[in-house]
Amino acid sequence: MRAIVILGATSDIARATALAFGQAGWQPILAGRDIEAVGRVAGDLSVRLGRPVPALVFDAAQPETHRAFWENLPGPRPDALFCAVGLLGDHEATRHDPDLAQRIVTANFTGLLGVFALAADEFEQRGKGLLIGISSVAGDRGRAHNYIYGAAKAGFTAFLSGLRQRLSRSGVRVVTVKPGFVNTAMTEGKALPKALTASPQEVAKAIVAVAEKGAEVIYVKPVWRLIMLIIRHMPESIFKKMRF
Amino acid sequence: MRITNWGKYPVAESTLAAPRSQADTAQLLRGADTAIGRGMGRCYGDSSLAEPLIISSRRLDRMLDFNPATGRLAAEAGVTLSEILDAFAPRGWFPPVTPGTRFVSLGGAIASDVHGKNHHVSGCFGQHTAWVDLVTAGGETVRCSPELEPELFAATHGGHGLTGFIAQAAVDLVPIQSAYIRQETVKAANLGEIMDAFEQSGGWTYSVAWIDCAAAGSGLGRSVLMRGEHARPDELGKLPAKLRAAPLTLPPAHTLSIPVDFPSFVLNPWSVKAFNMLYYGKAHSGVSESIVPYTTFFYPLDAVNEWNRIYGKRGFTQYQFVIPKEAGRAGLEKILARIAASGLGSFLAVLKLFGRQDHPKGNMSFPMEGYTLALDFPIGEKLFPLLDTLDAMVLDYGGRLYLTKDARMSAETFRRGYGALLDDFLAVKQRWDPQWRLQSLQSRRLGLARQGGM
Repeated sequence: MRAIVILGATSDIARATALAFGQAGWQPILAGRDIEAVGRVAGDLSVRLGRPVPALVFDAAQPETHRAFWENLPGPRPDALFCAVGLLGDHEATRHDPDLAQRIVTANFTGLLGVFALAADEFEQRGKGLLIGISSVAGDRGRAHNYIYGAAKAGFTAFLSGLRQRLSRSGVRVVTVKPGFVNTAMTEGKALPKALTASPQEVAKAIVAVAEKGAEVIYVKPVWRLIMLIIRHMPESIFKKMRF
Repeated sequence: MRITNWGKYPVAESTLAAPRSQADTAQLLRGADTAIGRGMGRCYGDSSLAEPLIISSRRLDRMLDFNPATGRLAAEAGVTLSEILDAFAPRGWFPPVTPGTRFVSLGGAIASDVHGKNHHVSGCFGQHTAWVDLVTAGGETVRCSPELEPELFAATHGGHGLTGFIAQAAVDLVPIQSAYIRQETVKAANLGEIMDAFEQSGGWTYSVAWIDCAAAGSGLGRSVLMRGEHARPDELGKLPAKLRAAPLTLPPAHTLSIPVDFPSFVLNPWSVKAFNMLYYGKAHSGVSESIVPYTTFFYPLDAVNEWNRIYGKRGFTQYQFVIPKEAGRAGLEKILARIAASGLGSFLAVLKLFGRQDHPKGNMSFPMEGYTLALDFPIGEKLFPLLDTLDAMVLDYGGRLYLTKDARMSAETFRRGYGALLDDFLAVKQRWDPQWRLQSLQSRRLGLARQGGM
């Protein structure tokens, strides 16, 4: 059974994706910061899948632990790494609090580079493997509303893009997911436009669908590709005056 | 925000909170003057609507434990039957009782004490729950079961959230050998024939009929009865070999072989065609047999997303009553004639013969041994006077209405229909919610909102 390591496993998207991979015959290995919460998710998944699901600690803010994490994974070596770690934060606070801004950049970008590097090297050597990262449409162009989160996601998107190019001849797939709006704990209480908002299950389905073949940069709701195309190509002189 | 349930009537102007833990749920309850729990919003009326606070089980959606030796599943209340089917049908386990949609939550199935096509054999959902954990109005978590706080357990089933917020529960799944149902379809030309057909189908696990509400005169009660059993692998001979090889796996949706046009399987004017195909399509023989996936047999309407929208913005109500078996023929004849004469109802109604129903002390679940009929009515000016007339007829025959479908009955109708069951229920509620803080728009309407509110 192929194994997939899932970072940030307590997020709604990770939970749904772990289940979808599990139902597609993969063995999920869950990891996250709060081991009790990860354990609860693993318990739920093991009941649903009818087989044990391991729960491990992974904290993006402690990069010095990542090598040991990666090298000591239980069971046979994994076939895939899926990262759903993300921290939105209160943007108003983030703008003025350097420590919070740093935490957001770490959780969404710099704290993830080490583990991806380790997985990329191993998969490259093996000539096979799958790397998936949840990035964001917020990284496609910085907006006043959430530019620190957006900048971190832009960095992560660029990182995955580079990794994809590097590994394109090694049989390793690198998938960037830009989900758009999703009904999750992260967006709870926000009024999201229904037509642009996906469920975690839809995100999961879209990800599992490209695990073997297909596009390597995916927007879950296709309309987002168009929206972001327009936003990216707006002249700066107009863009900077817009309020959205 | 505006919140409605499946019938889109009535509308609550309320806050919908979705706690992620029992502790958060308890805190919400302690801080609220009044509130009610809500699952998937698949009840039709206002059983799970309240103002100003509704507590959703949507985020309490983890499965907790499964015992493959007994089939007992423990899960949080927000887990849906659909999720249970996805996880367990492929492993040979099935919900012991299922309503006509798979998109209900475990908590909702308990709060409504739902029944299914196997009521005459398996009773209601609550007959198969081992325990329920409630967060009470005071914010305490209490486990109840047939042994622990048995009256609270009894009252919680069919108690529509009025005894406490259902946080988690354990249900005993039943073993199946395939994902298919061996189905027989029986034509009945009139009411007498369909009632005979039900009597003759008592040995089948599942039975239900579609009844043509427009037929009058000698054709009154014209209907099609569908009865079924979980198919054994050796009964799947008609299926392609590939499907036979994985009997517990549902066929991919696009290769379903369905005896009627699938999306027209709707209980509304469009379903005339489906009914006619079933009724006239099986020429000559009164009985025909087929093998269908469980989804087709149990959940034909689930294939049509948001089918409730066909009734438009004003919404609709589903009228479901039960009358005692001995009143069956005379009662159904009169009531069907009244519905047909009104011209307001849907073309098709669902008819089912309930088996005996136990009501342990405190329980006020809907069923009783007798005939239950359910049909949709679009909300309109002429509707409510008609339904009041029907209420009077149902009560005169010793029957009652199903709270899960109700959005409009009077406190008087409710009291007359449930009688002593209601008194016993209220005694339990008084004990566990002495300030009567758990209330819904429905319970207020029915006079259950405050002590001595009768």
